[in-house]
Amino acid sequence: MNHNNHSNSVGTNLNQVAEIAPQLLLALPFILALILYIFAVIISNRHHKQWPLSRTVYWVSGVLLAVISVAGPLANRAHIDFTAHMLGHLLLGMLAPLLMVLAAPMTLVLRTIRITLARRLTRVLRSWLSRMFTHPIVTSVLNIGGLWLLYTTNLYSLMHESTVLNFIVHFHVFMAGYLFTVSMIYIDPILHRISFLYRSIVLIIALAGHGILSKYIYTHPPAGIPLEQANQGSMIMYYGGDIIDIIIIFILCLQWFRATKPRRGLALGQEIEQR
Amino acid sequence: MSNTNKSLENNSNISNRSVYSSRNIWTGILFGLGLVGFIDEVVFHQLLHWHHFYDKSTTDIGLVSDGLFHAFSWFATIASSFLLADLHRKQAYWFKRWLAGVFLGGGAFQLYDGTIQHKLMELHQIRYVDNVYVYDLIWNFLAIVMIIIGATLIIRTRSRQQHGKTVAHESQ
Repeated sequence: MNHNNHSNSVGTNLNQVAEIAPQLLLALPFILALILYIFAVIISNRHHKQWPLSRTVYWVSGVLLAVISVAGPLANRAHIDFTAHMLGHLLLGMLAPLLMVLAAPMTLVLRTIRITLARRLTRVLRSWLSRMFTHPIVTSVLNIGGLWLLYTTNLYSLMHESTVLNFIVHFHVFMAGYLFTVSMIYIDPILHRISFLYRSIVLIIALAGHGILSKYIYTHPPAGIPLEQANQGSMIMYYGGDIIDIIIIFILCLQWFRATKPRRGLALGQEIEQR
Repeated sequence: MSNTNKSLENNSNISNRSVYSSRNIWTGILFGLGLVGFIDEVVFHQLLHWHHFYDKSTTDIGLVSDGLFHAFSWFATIASSFLLADLHRKQAYWFKRWLAGVFLGGGAFQLYDGTIQHKLMELHQIRYVDNVYVYDLIWNFLAIVMIIIGATLIIRTRSRQQHGKTVAHESQ
């Protein structure tokens, strides 16, 4: 009897653990990233000039948004409500990566670690693998192609049945969003630079792919999603995507504007001549 | 002394303007395209609710065309603002050339939207009423008027480009 009771309570505990554990597992890398970043800021501030506070703020808010989307009430609701899922997707796949890219983590790492290590890391960044995964076409296919796969096949319903698949999909959504942003706007040092025009064209096509998919979901919801939720989710994806896209486009254009600044010497020469 | 300064400035402005003469038009075209796309979204989708987010009769190619144009007009609005700032920076801004581009780009997009996207690809109608053809006529008529204004402005500024003096008086 005693034994029976015992196993029952263990059973409910296990159930709870089984519910919370995947969320914790998903949130853990982000929390770790947060701790490491702050740690690196403190250490490197001792040897270098002050690390900009704005970047730390970007990182903290990016991590918080990512955690909110994978663990807690929003993540719980996302299992049953497609609208909540789409909101979480927007945070995890677009806004959190953008904020975290703006925090320039690679720059921070390079100035924190010892110089020999930094050299080795630079060698890794220069490798063909890193070149491939920061190429705008590759990241666009990973990002937008991954979404098409998720929402137009039965992957979406499979994801809710398998914890492992759930983990992989969420990890992929974040990483693809991060690499996509890295390949479009250059905040961290990137050793294989690609022209503004090239990146602009790929960005437009990728954004179009995102927009087309969101309208497609409007009438072709993933299996098991009520049409009403699909409609709402579709519009969140479409307009929410637009708003975050504006920021990426703006930064890309601003970087072009700064990079193409006419040589100061020439303008100065003209001014002197006029005087 | 100040007169010579001014004429020097004017001269550099004129030469920059003719060097970047077509850049002024292209900057305008991108801005016009983005502006019409923006007005379409804000006024006809959000404020009036005439256009629908999704029309069941939309063809697949219509969905693709809409997605591409939406993304492109979004990009064009922002990019053309930076291109405009760049023209100012180079002292090469030419208002009439730029305005010609705005009319041309806006008109061309509106005509494409009104004929191919609304009618051929059945993306959505201008308004869901019985005699929608009245709306179609006005929509496309305005588009053609915009294109004509744009083309006229280009032709007029082209003839002025040859007589540099007229431009010199106009600038500043």
